[in-house]
Order: sequence, then C-alpha cells, then structure tokens
Amino acid sequence: MEPYRTHVMLCAGTGCVSNGSFRIKETLERELKKHNLQNEVAVVMTGCNGFCAQGPVMVVKPDDIFYQLLTDDDITHLVEEHFLKGRPVQKLMYTPPAEELPVPKMSDIGFFNKQRLIALRNRGMIDPEQIDEYIARDGYTALAKALNEMTPEQVIEEIKLSGLRGRGGAGFPTGRKWELARAAKGETKHIVCNADEGDPGAFMDRSIIESDPHSVLEGMIIGARAIGASYGHVYIRNEYPLARERLIKAIKQATDYGLLGKDIFGTGFDLDVSIHRGAGAFVCGEETSLIASLEGRAPEPRIRPPFPVESGIWDAPTNINNVETWANVPDIINRGAKWFSAIGTETSKGTKVFSVVGKVKNTGLVEVPMGITLREIVYDIGGGIPGDKEFKAVQTGGPSGGCIPQSLLDLPIDYEKLAEVGSIMGSGGLIVMDEDTCMVDVARYFLEFLKDESCGKCTACREGIDVMHGILVRICEGNGKEGDIEMLEELSEAVKDSSLCALGRTAPNPVISTIRYFRDEYEAHINDKSCPAGVCKALITYVINEEKCKGCRLCAKNCPQEAITGEVKMPHTIEQDKCIKCGVCFDVCKFDAVSVT
Amino acid sequence: MPKIKPEDLKKIREQMSRTMSLRDGDARAKITVHMGTCGIAAGARTIMSTLLALTEEEQAKDIILTASGCAGLCSREPMITVELKGQAPVKYVELDEEKTKKIFSDHVLSGTVVEEYALAMGSERLG
Repeated sequence: MEPYRTHVMLCAGTGCVSNGSFRIKETLERELKKHNLQNEVAVVMTGCNGFCAQGPVMVVKPDDIFYQLLTDDDITHLVEEHFLKGRPVQKLMYTPPAEELPVPKMSDIGFFNKQRLIALRNRGMIDPEQIDEYIARDGYTALAKALNEMTPEQVIEEIKLSGLRGRGGAGFPTGRKWELARAAKGETKHIVCNADEGDPGAFMDRSIIESDPHSVLEGMIIGARAIGASYGHVYIRNEYPLARERLIKAIKQATDYGLLGKDIFGTGFDLDVSIHRGAGAFVCGEETSLIASLEGRAPEPRIRPPFPVESGIWDAPTNINNVETWANVPDIINRGAKWFSAIGTETSKGTKVFSVVGKVKNTGLVEVPMGITLREIVYDIGGGIPGDKEFKAVQTGGPSGGCIPQSLLDLPIDYEKLAEVGSIMGSGGLIVMDEDTCMVDVARYFLEFLKDESCGKCTACREGIDVMHGILVRICEGNGKEGDIEMLEELSEAVKDSSLCALGRTAPNPVISTIRYFRDEYEAHINDKSCPAGVCKALITYVINEEKCKGCRLCAKNCPQEAITGEVKMPHTIEQDKCIKCGVCFDVCKFDAVSVT
Repeated sequence: MPKIKPEDLKKIREQMSRTMSLRDGDARAKITVHMGTCGIAAGARTIMSTLLALTEEEQAKDIILTASGCAGLCSREPMITVELKGQAPVKYVELDEEKTKKIFSDHVLSGTVVEEYALAMGSERLG
C-alpha cells in the first residue's frame, strides 16, 4: 500500500451498506480529489464495525476518530475540515445517551471499550478483500505453526486444553469433536463450516465472514490438517451475498498463495474448500439436515447415531463447526490454550459474539468475554432502553431459546447458566424487550416461525408446534380458556421428547420460559381478557380522556376509519365498533389524551 | 501471484507494517502539520508533501504523519509539531522545504531537536 498519512476505515458490512456506505465512499473519493488529497488520505472499506445502530460509521486512523450516521451531505464539510484543515468535526461524532458532549475517540466509547475481540480481532482494522492485510495482522502464522511445528495430535490437544466449545448453539467441546473425527475410520474426510445462520435477528456469522473471511479459512485449514480431512465445505445462506462474495475472493487469494489446494506450505497436505449455497430453511443449520442439503437432498434430519463424525457427507467422516468456532482457532494456536482458557468462566472459555437487537439504544454486534452479565450487555454496551421504558426481558438463543426476566439481569452468561434459567446460548442472538412487549405475543411469534420451519418429518414437531401455536393465537385473540396453560405445558414436554433434532427439541422453549417467568400475563389474557402490555388487538381498547382532550381534531383527521367524532375544542370520542386499533390516534395525540386499556 | 512459504509471511508483514502501525496509532514519532487556513496559505501543503516523500524515501515504518488545525500562531506558519514517543512535543515555525528536511533527519530520525527552528517545547495545558 502507498504511504498515506490517514486511513479512513469506512464500514462496508451489510448494515452500513444498506445505509449507503458505498455512496459515501464515492463522495469521499470525489471530495478528496477536489482538494488534491487522494494521495494522502486512503479510503479503506472494512467489514462490520459492530455499531450498526449508528451506521454508516467510519473510523479515521491514526487519530482514532469515530464518525457516525453519515450522509452524503456531511462529506464535503468533513473532508474540508478534518482532512484538509485537520479539525475533527464534532457534530458527526457519537454522543453517549447519558452524556452531553460527543466522544471523539473510538476507544473511549463504552460500546467498544467493554468488548474483547478474538473472533472479530480484525474487524474494522483490515480490508477483508486483501489477504496481505490479514497476513500483516499475523494471519496464517498459526497455519504455518500448526503445519510445521506441531503434529495433528498436538493441535487437537491445544484446542482441547483451550476449552473452546461450539459457538453454533450446543456448545460441544471442539477439541473432543476433532479427536473423534481424527479417530474415525475412512479414507476421505470432510470438514464443514456451518454458515447457515437462521435465527431471526442474528448476524454474528455473517459479520465475521464479511469482516475477516481469512480467519475462518485459516481455522478450517488448521482443523482439516488436525483431523486429516482433504475436503472443506462452507455451507452458507443464500441470503448472504456479500459474505459469500468475500469468501469466494478469500478462497481465490489463499489458493493463489498456495495456502489452499495441493501441497500447502510444501508439507504435502492438500485441502480444497468449496462453497455451497443454503436452501433457505431454518432446519438446514442442523448437522444431519445440512449434510442432506449439501448432498442435494431435501433437508431432513435423520436419526443419530451414526453421528456425522462417523458417517457424514457421502458417508465419510465429517466434522462440522460453526463460523465463529473456526474463527477462534488461529488465535488459540498462535497465543496458546493457556491464554484462551484464562478468559471466561469455569465451564465456558473465551469470548462470545452476540447480535444485540430489539428495544435497546445501541443495536449492533458485540464480542464479550464469557461470564459477562446481561446487565452489562444491555446497559453498559447497549446503552439501555430507548425512551426510558422499563426493561422486561432478554430473549437469547433465537427461536429455540428462552426469555430471561429482569430479576435475572445479573446472571453471568455462559452455556450452563443460560440452560439453568431455561434458555440457551444458541448462536448468540440477543433480543431486548421492554414493557411494551407482550410475552404471550412473543411466544406466539416464535412458534409461528418454528411452525413454518419444521421440516415435518417428526409428527410431534410438525403437529405439536401447530397445535401449540393455535392455542397461543386463541389466547391472544381473547378466546383463551381455563386449562390452556396446562395444555401448553403438556404439549411442550411431548414435542421435546419425541422430536429427532434440536429444532423440535427446543421449539417449546419460548413457551416454557414465558410461562415460567410471565405466567401472570398468560392469566391476564385468559381470565381477565386483557393484554397488560397493550399489544394484542382483540384485548385492548383505545379511549380518549375527556379532561385531557383539547379538541384539536388531529386524531380525527388521522383516523383511517373515521371512527373519531367530536366538535372542535370539545372532547372527542372513539366509536368502538368502527375502531380497528391501529393506534394512530395514540401516536399523534400531543396532549397524551389517548390511552390503551 | 506466486505460492508463498512460511518465511514469506514475515516479508509480507514487514511490507505492510507501515500501513498497519498507522491504523494501530502506535508509532515512535508523530509529526503534525498545522493546516488551518493560515497554514495552508503559508505553504503547509508543500511541507506535507515533503514529509510524505521523506517518510516514503526512508521507508520509515514507525512514523505517523497527520494534520491538525491552526496552532494559534498564524504569523509564523507553516508550522509542524514533532512528538517522539515518551518526549515532550516540539513546535517548529516558519518552515520551508529545506528546514523540514533537516528537522526530519535530525529530530525525527536521530532524536536531536533542531533548536534554531524550534519555537518551544511542550504544548498548551488543556482544560
């Protein structure tokens, strides 16, 4: 790279791209050229920086100035002030919710400085499409070490000692998995990178591949060598075009450098990696379904044993790990199992990447040490709940996970602790809910997703989820009856017990955990026919408070049903038989006169 | 692109180290060119290009070159501030290409302050 004095690290993750970061790049380059700065200031497109809520974002190096919520119009001023005259532009900096003054430096922003990056170690620091930049940050040295200085057994031992566990959901010890795959009998062996990230609201794997595809590839090559596999596969969702494109480029570059293909580093070790586009079903993330889909069959899970490690792709021993797991491997080999196992809790080592979404100020992608509390994630990193609403629950683990209530906010997060409270780590989706969220409605939403995504092979999953969903719909519509909760509990057990794969076995979790912590909300729906959060339309009524109403007619003008009547400057009323409960009147009223009951 | 050997990784790292140290913000020396309107009018651009060329010429990997606003002494521009790691920053005034070259070789590369061009040691107190 040419000697520039400043590097502008502009985020080109999917979030920022959809907010226009490529357009900003063009404007930046045009403005830089106008001031003849194109040879002094380089624009580098990086992967996801994590702070998606503030996108498009960029970081100016070496000053470490963080700019956010950029628009095309800001760029002219920014280039002239910061890059020409050296004056950082305050109004484009981030101001934390609790403070008045903007914070210029990225390293001083709470969202970033509470994080610890291992899987995302290169995010925002490199151009993911340049292999040399990855190598510059110690990329592929772990591969050189694993190939030249370590035996496959030593590599497996190192991973075992590190305590690394599967980041895809179940948390199976990675070293143990590799050991079984190495011991399995078979002439050809396969490794798979599972990038079929299907949880609603989760984007950890996409972001890792987008910001640092070589870290995943390097992990895979090391793993393949340790196991003795000569074929690698990346099974990636079709909905991730940018990640796939970067991965294709990375594979090409690594192959050109001789880091993939025949005789890697002159050691006689061969590995080919191919990319398979996902078939767009949630169940494809399950190992045996994934294998079926990869072979070209319908993605249905099958009975285990035999486990994929003995009989996987085309009946050959197959080791499947998640994107984040693979991305952790190079750093463990480079820095040692001891270093890695010093981070985290007794049973869960290292860090975990979470996508923090929902009713939280700083939505985005964070990597934190295991053992961090939910409170730290929601309040210190997430910045708390927008609009000063009350926190209600956090949903972890996607549709298969559970809701964790406020009383457990100080729970340290690891695989076991989450299971104890009725949720799971899952792949790392974390949805924050506030007082305006109805927990019965949440359970209904997740079951609707799972009902659609059940492959239909096991009766209990196919029919059971459908019936449970039907009951939840009924409750939300105000037709719940005595015994519904007990029926849901009983069905949950049945579905759990008689489903082949994890989809069915975990599907009742959203119902079980919401009944466990928010039974009162279910009871209010069933017995009192009311929705405490004011969400379920059949159970709420909008009324106008006569004392507060000024008769401004704003609500009447906006009501799509013309259901609001009243004279100017006189209190208005809503005709309930016309009202469709769209909530427009509530939203537009300036005097807080409309209430939901 | 030729196939690489393990020892080539180190070569690539060295080639890239200047780019990377700039991103890490970690360097032995930091040169700030004051580029307010006054600085630019007095010729700060030439100073900046000279410094860029010098760092390139010397293959200097541990030097950060950056711009900042007016230093408040508009009558004596162009100005630069040189800050070696662990030492107080030094401000130089009324620069031209020749003076800049001397500061670069004596101070930035060898660590000897060029007193004849220096205005003062240290910066204003903040806050």
